[in-house]
Amino acid sequence: MSTNKDWPLWEVFIASKRGLSHKHVGSLHAADSEMALENARDVYTRRKEGESIWVVESKYIFATNPEDKDSFFEPAKTKVYRHPTFYELPDDVNKM
Amino acid sequence: MDEKALQLRFQEQIDAEIKIEPKDWMPDAYRKTLIRQMSQHAHSEIVGMLPEGNWVTRAPTLKRKAILLAKIQDEAGHGLYLYSATETLGISRDEMIQALHSGKAKYSSVFNYPTLSWADIGAIGWLVDGAAIMNQVALMRTSYGPYSRAMIRICKEESFHQRQGFDILYTLCQGSEEQKAMAQDAFNRWWWPSIMMFGPHDAESTHSSQSTKWKIKRKSNDELRQDFVDATVQQAEVLGLTIPDPDLKWNEERKHYDFGAINWEEFWTVVKGNGPCNRERIAARQKAYDDGEWVRDAAAAYAKKHTHAYPSTSTS
Amino acid sequence: MLFKYLLQLADNQLILSQRLSELCGHGPALEQDIAITNISLDLIGQARLLFQYATKHDDQKRNEDQLALVRPENEYRNVLLVEQPNVDFAHVIVRQYFYDEFNFLNYSALVNSKDEELAAIATKSLMEVKYHLRFSRNWMLRLGDGTAISNQKMQDAIDDLWAYPGELFEMTADEQVLAKAGVAVDVSTLQENWKEAVLATLQEATLAIPEGTWHQTGGKKGIHSEYMGHILAEMQFLQRAYPNQTW
Repeated sequence: MSTNKDWPLWEVFIASKRGLSHKHVGSLHAADSEMALENARDVYTRRKEGESIWVVESKYIFATNPEDKDSFFEPAKTKVYRHPTFYELPDDVNKM
Repeated sequence: MDEKALQLRFQEQIDAEIKIEPKDWMPDAYRKTLIRQMSQHAHSEIVGMLPEGNWVTRAPTLKRKAILLAKIQDEAGHGLYLYSATETLGISRDEMIQALHSGKAKYSSVFNYPTLSWADIGAIGWLVDGAAIMNQVALMRTSYGPYSRAMIRICKEESFHQRQGFDILYTLCQGSEEQKAMAQDAFNRWWWPSIMMFGPHDAESTHSSQSTKWKIKRKSNDELRQDFVDATVQQAEVLGLTIPDPDLKWNEERKHYDFGAINWEEFWTVVKGNGPCNRERIAARQKAYDDGEWVRDAAAAYAKKHTHAYPSTSTS
Repeated sequence: MLFKYLLQLADNQLILSQRLSELCGHGPALEQDIAITNISLDLIGQARLLFQYATKHDDQKRNEDQLALVRPENEYRNVLLVEQPNVDFAHVIVRQYFYDEFNFLNYSALVNSKDEELAAIATKSLMEVKYHLRFSRNWMLRLGDGTAISNQKMQDAIDDLWAYPGELFEMTADEQVLAKAGVAVDVSTLQENWKEAVLATLQEATLAIPEGTWHQTGGKKGIHSEYMGHILAEMQFLQRAYPNQTW
């Protein structure tokens, strides 16, 4: 549908603090990766939202399809033994 | 799944308040409605920069200049968030911008009024942003995920916009007689256009009922308008400004303010392109676009020459 | 003497930020509109710190805005470069880049000023200016080495503006005294570094170095270009039309 005269689209990920993981915050257009970083800084960190930025061209993001939701994620639902609350501890153990 | 079953499942998702995401199946009309509404919203942010930009170079103090610049810059950012969110529906920013320039796409008519004095900058922040926020807060719960997320971000950032406008007027209203007159004059000119921002009455609004069913729209035009009037009347009293509507009065029974008839002829005149600044606004956007073309081309050409091919193997 | 020096530093930031603010809403792409506004905001911030400090040394006890927005034209001490108009984006970038290279060198030296408050302002501003320089330099490369059209426009802008940076390195009598005292920067010593950096950028950007060695001068003495009167007419309008009011 799109006849694109725009610069490529980039997805922006920002870590709000050192040590935290990068979170998707939005997208923008830029001609190259350096410009994408600069633009991300100006567009998405005007209010001190971050200390580290990742950018990746949107076309390199691959995503699951909503139709695959069941086959991808249903199996995890039944594996409750992966969560600590599945296990009952004897009363004399306070913390684990 | 056939079209009918998909439609059914789609509406069930909406009814269950499950957000629709870009890759989900959606009715064509839902997609079109969103593209129309979201791009119009984005255009409003971008065109809305112009009337305020008119006073940036004449701001009365350095502090006010900095605040105003930051506010207009936010609007550019909000336009950008909204264009990006709309792009997830399969339209490019360039196509949207072409539609704006050709007049095919609309933007909020309120930005077709001129900013004639510094007090207008206060009035825009207080009234126009105030009205916009009513709408935007409701849209944080809209059914399309990217739109909703953009609105959440926008609302968070917008909270200072209305306050800075009110603060400008409050300062003027505490000032000299000339300054007070400037504030009242701006209020007189911006009150009705702000009321009109909520669009036609519910009964006459063409897109409303389907949009409500799809939960694109969460509150009706008239509901939002009433909320706005109720909130604003009290603030005007604090400022000591007179509302330019002789019919405005508290209705004890409804627990709301009644207000006078809206001049819909003026509204439609401006929507159709004959407001005081329609031509200037589009001409300014077109000029920025045209003047920028060689810049955008050059950056693209440079990137082609210098960016290493993907996938890059370097890890730094 | 320090007062005049502070105004001179502040005026450069102020007038350049005023020029950049004219572009708000008119940038070549939305992302660049935001970026240019950011630089304008940084420069206003820097100007404000300097003006606020200057108020402490003003015999007439004027406030920040009276200093920034009410002086007569010949009391503004900014260089001619920063008042040059936004002819097109090439002129905007070249003007910015020429100034950023200077601003970077100047603040880098000013952080060692014996005047502690001035050194503190320089330290804060330097971080911002480093980013400005990165931004404008990248754009020098993109536009210089972009298309044939962009290369020509950049060359025209460089040729138009080449006569202005020279003034940045002139020392006024006051500056000489202050520099000896370790308060001000001896800007004449920055010229070589500036030139080296700029020539390297022009070369990388595939742009030609203009031949002229002549430079325009006057701004630091209060003798400005014809553009300045128009800048001030806008910038000072409200303060002049409604004197002594609170905004």
